Amino acid sequence: MISPANYVALAVVLFVIGGVGVLVRRNALVVFMCVELMLNAVNLAFIAFARLHGALDGQVIAFFVMVVAAAEVVVGLAILTSIFRTRRSASVDDANLLKN
Amino acid sequence: MTHPLILASSASSNTEVVTFWVLAIIAVAAALGMILTRRAVHCAVLLAIVMLVLAAMYAMQGAPFLAFVQVIVYTGAVLMLFLFVMMIVGITAADSIIETIRGQRLWAALAGIAMLVLLSLVVGHAAIGPAAPATLRGSALNVPSLARLIFTRYVFPFEATSALLITAALGAMVLAHRERTGPRPTQRMLARRRIASGRPTPLPGPGTYARHNAVDMPALLPDGTQSSLSVSGVLANRAVAARQGAIGGGAVEPGQGGVAQTATDLAAEHEEEER
Repeated sequence: MISPANYVALAVVLFVIGGVGVLVRRNALVVFMCVELMLNAVNLAFIAFARLHGALDGQVIAFFVMVVAAAEVVVGLAILTSIFRTRRSASVDDANLLKN
Repeated sequence: MTHPLILASSASSNTEVVTFWVLAIIAVAAALGMILTRRAVHCAVLLAIVMLVLAAMYAMQGAPFLAFVQVIVYTGAVLMLFLFVMMIVGITAADSIIETIRGQRLWAALAGIAMLVLLSLVVGHAAIGPAAPATLRGSALNVPSLARLIFTRYVFPFEATSALLITAALGAMVLAHRERTGPRPTQRMLARRRIASGRPTPLPGPGTYARHNAVDMPALLPDGTQSSLSVSGVLANRAVAARQGAIGGGAVEPGQGGVAQTATDLAAEHEEEER
């Protein structure tokens, strides 16, 4: 049987890749997708820990993370469309109305 | 400790190892592709691959309910939402290569490596032991046990979740709602506007030639010039965007420049045909 440590290591790798994507990419949609990737990685770690302890609490937490992520995506994409409607751009660099 | 489930799982341990490594390589490759590809649509497809792989991993770890929720909610709903928004924002929304912050990529890569080292150290020091023996709660009775847990110990977070979902739905409606600033134009107003615009007739159709009759071919006017009105501005912009994407250019400004470019290209092509 494969150890939960392997799953946690995979979760770490996916989390870091998602974090680098958030830092590097400038299309707001892609940034959102990388955030989703990070949340998924955390879910994987939660489920691995749930299996490690033989309890279901980790799975419940992962379930709540999914719900919160879905709500976050809905609001975030609505903000994105309203920004796109006014600024005609999906780049995070162009949303600088508060600068200066 | 001679539970039949444990015996079964130890018999299939080799399969789990192989499956884990295959899936892990697929997931990491797809995630790396996500941050390397420039087009948002490719990014979404790669994210779907990662999510499906993770769903399989949830199923492997005795979480069948979450595996199905992952497929239905993430790959089904969330990614569809992403694709719909991509449709609104424009499919050609590719990232430009120019760095606006100097050394952003380098610093991001360094931060990523630092985070990887830090997290690996933390995980390495944690001394994660072997998995607890598989119980019936983890496999056959997964859904009833989860339901019991959610509605007893986690009932307050669950109720808070309902409030969150209602707030999110309301927020999305408020943010996506467009206020109509003027009264809705009636048919009479539309007709007046059309006459006053100087072009009461419909726009000319695209050109039909011996070798091309697609909608992106501008029609020829009686004096032999190209009619830029005969090609939709969307198509012209898309042609220019595809060409610039092929040579690695940036985003395309919406405008009438695209029509002129296709028109000049077409003019050159027709000169060759006439010779």
